[in-house]
Amino acid sequence: MKRLTKATLRTALNLLFFTVIGTAILAFTFSITFDRIAQSEETAKLKLINQVAPQSMYDNDLVKDTVTLPASTQLGTAQDTVAYRGRLKGRPSVVVLEAIAPDGYSGKIGLIVAISHEGVISGVRVVTHKETPGLGDYIDIAKNQWISLFVGASHQRYQEGDWKVKKDGGQIDYMAGATITPRAIAKAVHSALHYFDENRENLFAENADEKAKEGTK
Amino acid sequence: MKLQEVKDILHNGLWKQNTGVVQLLGMCPLLAVSNSVVNAVSLGLATTLVMALSGASISPIRNFVPNEVRIPVYILIIAMLVTVVQYLMNAYMYSLYIVLGIFIPLIVTNCIVLARIEAFAGKNPVLPATIDGFAMGLGLTAVLATLGGLREILGHGTLFAGFDLALGDMAKGWVITVVPDYHGFLLAILPPGAFIVLGLLIAGRNYLTQRAEKKSKMIKISPAQTSAA
Repeated sequence: MKRLTKATLRTALNLLFFTVIGTAILAFTFSITFDRIAQSEETAKLKLINQVAPQSMYDNDLVKDTVTLPASTQLGTAQDTVAYRGRLKGRPSVVVLEAIAPDGYSGKIGLIVAISHEGVISGVRVVTHKETPGLGDYIDIAKNQWISLFVGASHQRYQEGDWKVKKDGGQIDYMAGATITPRAIAKAVHSALHYFDENRENLFAENADEKAKEGTK
Repeated sequence: MKLQEVKDILHNGLWKQNTGVVQLLGMCPLLAVSNSVVNAVSLGLATTLVMALSGASISPIRNFVPNEVRIPVYILIIAMLVTVVQYLMNAYMYSLYIVLGIFIPLIVTNCIVLARIEAFAGKNPVLPATIDGFAMGLGLTAVLATLGGLREILGHGTLFAGFDLALGDMAKGWVITVVPDYHGFLLAILPPGAFIVLGLLIAGRNYLTQRAEKKSKMIKISPAQTSAA
């Protein structure tokens, strides 16, 4: 009995030893790569944002000027999302929102939408999607320019009924064979524009996130 | 260590016991990432790195690990190495990490890594174990690259597209358009394409082995047939 306990203990200690060593090496790698990873993520984010909101539209540190938006059915979001605000010479100029089109051909399509302070869309990009490769994936800018047709869209340019693919009597172009995908995106972008209209003040509120943080302190 | 041993290990990894077309281990990345050369080669090299490192780190401790818990210890070490590779890739090859990110943790579950540790590194000294991991990984990379190349040509009509993701702007001009104005062949990009092309590769390898055997007039069952069946 005693010998058995001893053997078990030795095995357990052995396992513990390797776990500790492994954890130490992991912690070390994590600490030396942490800054670099955060930096790359920020650069990648900014690169994506600059595709929808050209750098000429803002002069502030847009990645740091954020407002947290609660989950919204208009945006299709189920969790809090972060919106980035651009300002030009101190005046609010553009906001970059996350939106989700829930009714793509194969599930959700994640979008980012940039809307200028005047309510004109300056760009839309698909961030995540699972649409059929070669068929519905022309929504991806890497495959096709289609998504650019939303540039300049606004309530002035399009009436309510125009926010539909041409097949459904609207103004949005689409490619034969894949109508569900562009239909979902048009609907989501339109709905995001409505969200913007209804929440414009809140979206551009000064230091929104800092105030919220102070409030919880 | 004699030169002949090194040659044998390399020959085993690259051809005789090739993980991709003979042992048929590691099918998960084989199918998932082999839709273009850049994805295939990158994940192949990441796997090679993990295999060589795990061979090198497990071989020296093989006599200290109690037999009953060797598998958990091996897995622990492999998982740690994979996570280290993942951190490094995330930090220094960010755009490639975005493409391959979800497959990197899967290297842990890739049975080829544990299989080689059990079959080789757990029984051999450090140097051969490292070379074996390296050779096996390279063998897998070669199959992945061939598969990726064939599927890319069939599916997109291009070759080496997207290498700038891995190597930066200098690789932007590497894209070779094999078939201009190609409309794409969806089946080749989707998983069935991987199975079909892999099947053809295995058939091709078996044909070459059999021909070589006929030439040497030696009648014996090749290891390829037994393990591929």
